[in-house]
Amino acid sequence: MRKHANAEGRKLRLVKASKKWLFVLFRLAVFAGITYTILGPLVTIVSRSFFSTDDLYNPLVYLFPKSGTLERYTHVMGTLNYGKVLVKTLVYDLLLMLIQLFICSMTGYGFARFSFPFKKILFGMVIVTIVLPSYAVMLPLYQTFIDFGGMNLLSTHIPMYIMTFFGCGLRSGLYIYIFNQFFRGLPKEFEEAAYIDGAGAWYTYFRIMVPNAVPSILTVAVFSLVWQYNDVFFARLFVYGGDNAMSIKLSSLQATISYVDKVMDPAEVSLYVDAGVVLGILPILLIYVVLQRYFMEGVERSGIVG
Amino acid sequence: MKKKKKMSLTTRRAITGLTFILPWLIGICLFYVRTLIQTVQFSFSKVIFRESGGIRMEFAGLQNFKYALLEHGSYNQVLVDSLVDIVIDVPLIIFFSLMMALLLNQKFRGRTLMRAILFIPVIMGAGAINDAIEIARQAVQGGIGVESAEFAQANSGVSVQYFLEIFMQLGFPGKVVDYVVEVVGRIYDVIKASGVQIIIFLAALQSVPGALYEVARIEGATSYETFWKVTFPMVSPLILTNVVYSIVDAFTESKVIETAYDVAFSSYDYGLSSAMSLISTTLVCLILLVAGGLISRKAFYYN
Repeated sequence: MRKHANAEGRKLRLVKASKKWLFVLFRLAVFAGITYTILGPLVTIVSRSFFSTDDLYNPLVYLFPKSGTLERYTHVMGTLNYGKVLVKTLVYDLLLMLIQLFICSMTGYGFARFSFPFKKILFGMVIVTIVLPSYAVMLPLYQTFIDFGGMNLLSTHIPMYIMTFFGCGLRSGLYIYIFNQFFRGLPKEFEEAAYIDGAGAWYTYFRIMVPNAVPSILTVAVFSLVWQYNDVFFARLFVYGGDNAMSIKLSSLQATISYVDKVMDPAEVSLYVDAGVVLGILPILLIYVVLQRYFMEGVERSGIVG
Repeated sequence: MKKKKKMSLTTRRAITGLTFILPWLIGICLFYVRTLIQTVQFSFSKVIFRESGGIRMEFAGLQNFKYALLEHGSYNQVLVDSLVDIVIDVPLIIFFSLMMALLLNQKFRGRTLMRAILFIPVIMGAGAINDAIEIARQAVQGGIGVESAEFAQANSGVSVQYFLEIFMQLGFPGKVVDYVVEVVGRIYDVIKASGVQIIIFLAALQSVPGALYEVARIEGATSYETFWKVTFPMVSPLILTNVVYSIVDAFTESKVIETAYDVAFSSYDYGLSSAMSLISTTLVCLILLVAGGLISRKAFYYN
């Protein structure tokens, strides 16, 4: 009898182990496929950024440059004024991110937990601001800020701060929506307990709700940073010239290299652009890798493997 | 002051709620209400640029809308195509990103690397970096094109057509095969479009209280049951968020927006362009309403 039970147990364990291994294999296959699809183009860009002009026209060179050079990077760093512009851009983006977090989470919470007249219509407006194509706001915004109470605020960063503070910054509508959904998903008991203890709505919000919404706050922080960093639309609309925005510098890199630095061959110019793209991606990717450590302490219990 | 004391709890709650959304409310009135009014005005008129600068508007009734839908060369077709794309893509994106989020939420070696890789499309997908790449590519193709590795078409060596024929001969319904081919063809786009959704789902998975899983384990729930009874309901509000984002994202990337933009800034027909934006915005809002209605009914909220 006992022998029989032992055999049964071994069989069960075997099934369990093989299930686990099958799952690991499956995961590996999925990740390998995705890595290939995503990194494919990026690998080409990175490798080309080290190409010398000889490599470019040598049909034998594939991915690995024969006479590699760092000239593209040194040149592009100069053209972009990399260090200075990067610091300036990041400070600006971080400030905007903090304002976004503060305003959008407040608004999201207001919509999630309170009822007031016209709530549905107002929330509909949030959706409209998400959906409305950005160029549709272009003309009115331009008119607003070229004569803002008698001042011309264009070519400064002020319009963006004003808009972000009033919840109309870059993709604010989306952040409000994300926060709204998150807060609605949190249990009400926390707040009720706080209210019973006599805490006010603001105290409850900052002390109870915000700490519980850390995952959503970090999510929005990442998006806000990346999109603001990458934003060309508002930067062009408010005309940040000179060394004010990395996004403008990057998107006009091709033109600068070919018309200002007089590199005539467009294929060669594209090598410089590749270097610029790598320089553009790196800081943001690093920030993400650091941030994600905070918001992703893994939960292995989400129930897809036993 | 006396009145304040008499206020009921609901009124007081309403006022507190309004203070929470106050900055946003001001912003909307300042920036968007005016925009919307202007867009509607434009869409019902013929906008003429004066030589002295400034604009003059002539009321044109529904002419712009009629022109956009019935006479414009490609608008109605582009509109329908984009809507069909949305209907096909969004469920795929949601399924894919939820699956990826679940996989990434586990502990395994190389997790940070994998998360970084899946984040790359978010950085490269739109904006300055995408612009830089695109402009350089166009310049190369427009100039004396060199056949560099990047532009050489890769030959996979697998004849897809051959396998398709086998499936057809096996008696698979043609429509199903077509759909599968369509889906496989879109995988690259789906992966590229899922970065944001994966991150949102990851955050949602992170905020599920661990106690719920403990309870499930103590009660002896299988992992399958745990997923459907705990994980899925807890992330369901964020499914709605992701559906909304996916729809909007698919739409902003679509040709509809491009067409309207070109009409405004290449042919300077603001009236027509505004009408086009209004049509597409209304349609998307309708889709969102339907999707929201359907999902909200299933989504789990504490209240």
